[in-house]
Amino acid sequence: MTSVPPTDIILQFADVALGYGDFTVLSGISLEARKGQVVALMGGSGSGKTTLLRAATGQIIAQKGRVSAFGQDIAGQSAESLRQLRQRMGVLFQQGALFTDLNVFENVAFPLREHTRISESQIQERVLDKLDAVGLRAAAHLRISEISGGMARRVALARAIVLEPELILYDEPFAGLDPISLGITAQLIRDLTDKLNCASVLITHDVHESFAIADQVYVVGQGKLIAEGSPSQLSTSTDSYVKQFLNGEPDGPIAFHYPNSPAFEKWLAQRGRRP
Amino acid sequence: MTTIGKAIATLGARVRGQISGLGAFVRLAASILRRSGAALSRPGLVSQQIHFIGNYSLLIIAVSGLFVGFVLGLQGFYTLSRYGSEEALGLLVALSLTRELGPVVTALLFAGRAGTSLTAEIGLMKAGEQLAAMEVMAVDPIRRVLVPRFWGGVIAMPVLAAVFSMVGVIGGWVVGVQLIGIDAGSFWSQMQEGVDVINDVLNGFIKSVVFGIAVTLVALYAGWTARATPEGVSRATTQTVVYSSLLVLGLDFVMTALMFG
Repeated sequence: MTSVPPTDIILQFADVALGYGDFTVLSGISLEARKGQVVALMGGSGSGKTTLLRAATGQIIAQKGRVSAFGQDIAGQSAESLRQLRQRMGVLFQQGALFTDLNVFENVAFPLREHTRISESQIQERVLDKLDAVGLRAAAHLRISEISGGMARRVALARAIVLEPELILYDEPFAGLDPISLGITAQLIRDLTDKLNCASVLITHDVHESFAIADQVYVVGQGKLIAEGSPSQLSTSTDSYVKQFLNGEPDGPIAFHYPNSPAFEKWLAQRGRRP
Repeated sequence: MTTIGKAIATLGARVRGQISGLGAFVRLAASILRRSGAALSRPGLVSQQIHFIGNYSLLIIAVSGLFVGFVLGLQGFYTLSRYGSEEALGLLVALSLTRELGPVVTALLFAGRAGTSLTAEIGLMKAGEQLAAMEVMAVDPIRRVLVPRFWGGVIAMPVLAAVFSMVGVIGGWVVGVQLIGIDAGSFWSQMQEGVDVINDVLNGFIKSVVFGIAVTLVALYAGWTARATPEGVSRATTQTVVYSSLLVLGLDFVMTALMFG
């Protein structure tokens, strides 16, 4: 294993516990994403993948451990320095989170208008270039209400990369895409990472597409990090959780049914008493 | 005893909730004002909101102003003719509009028309993760979303109140002079002599600026704190109408007492 210069590590979680209030969703998480790498964070629904992304952007602070981006601890940042760190990140939200009062072009131009002082012609050139990369150059004039869900996701992708950030976080980039867009988007993420020499972190449960482009994969579940390694290492893993998740098997340690609880039993008993 | 205890606890929780809500409202208002320098550096954002808030409310304000003017003309004539002073109708219409009806009715209509749309827009932006997305993009949503809307509302309100009063005077003239037949010369000259720029017009203007601040802040706060669900947004828009209407009427009483008392 080659030693990595510390400056190459863009995002790092060191023995991190995350949660909301007193409730802990994930604990003992250690992972890193380096320059030029595509890192996939995988896990079933509700396993806490989005919570990891929220910790990386500083939307929530780790209950334990250290989350650092660009070598700086997220927890210790003032509002201003956190803002500066965020300017170096691009985030693709699960639902796109496009601004509905702006059209496609203005949505992609938004980060440029807010954070740069470049001329209108340069803005147009860069925005159309990014829209071209996601195949939506000719949709620049459309309103957000006029485009489909899959298109909205691609517009959000163009917006996330328009500032050419050093770290791009993708929350479920493949959800809701048709097979053609899916393949192209996966390849686009890989190409962008190589071209910009940035770190890309994918939050996903799409095994096929993410394994095709990822350098490193982390699997989370049952409140902890279950496995890590390259796609080929994980493909040969004998861990029952990893095998069940990767192969989509119905039986195994990951239960399909939501676990029974005293609260549910109480609710059911109360319903039974009703006339 | 336990029932009384529970009732007291519920009352206490409610009062505490209201006070902490008021505190959050004042804090949001303070952060909007603190970040308002940005609004001046990007006037385009404010003018966009003036267009959105003001222009789209113009029709309802003008039509309402016309009908209020008609009614003032009729009622004023009926009352004044009892004392044989019909020619003072112009003065009565103009004073009623500039001092009271212009600012107050405009603010009430503004709350229903523009206030609710501001609340719903911000509530839905929150529900669609747009505000969170802005924050993650290192853009302060208070500065980018709330500040331009606040100043848009504050600037639009007195202009709309002026339009309301102007159309209202025309309405009074149509009924009084054109339909009933009061002398046009005395209608206008009494108005010209009796309406004081400082006492009446300026005070009316101050009222509408205060209402603009109050209604817009209530609308923005309701949207900002709305629960990110369809039910939460609908509740927030109702809150905007209820709270801002009550606030307008209460503030109007206080300001009237201070200005004309």
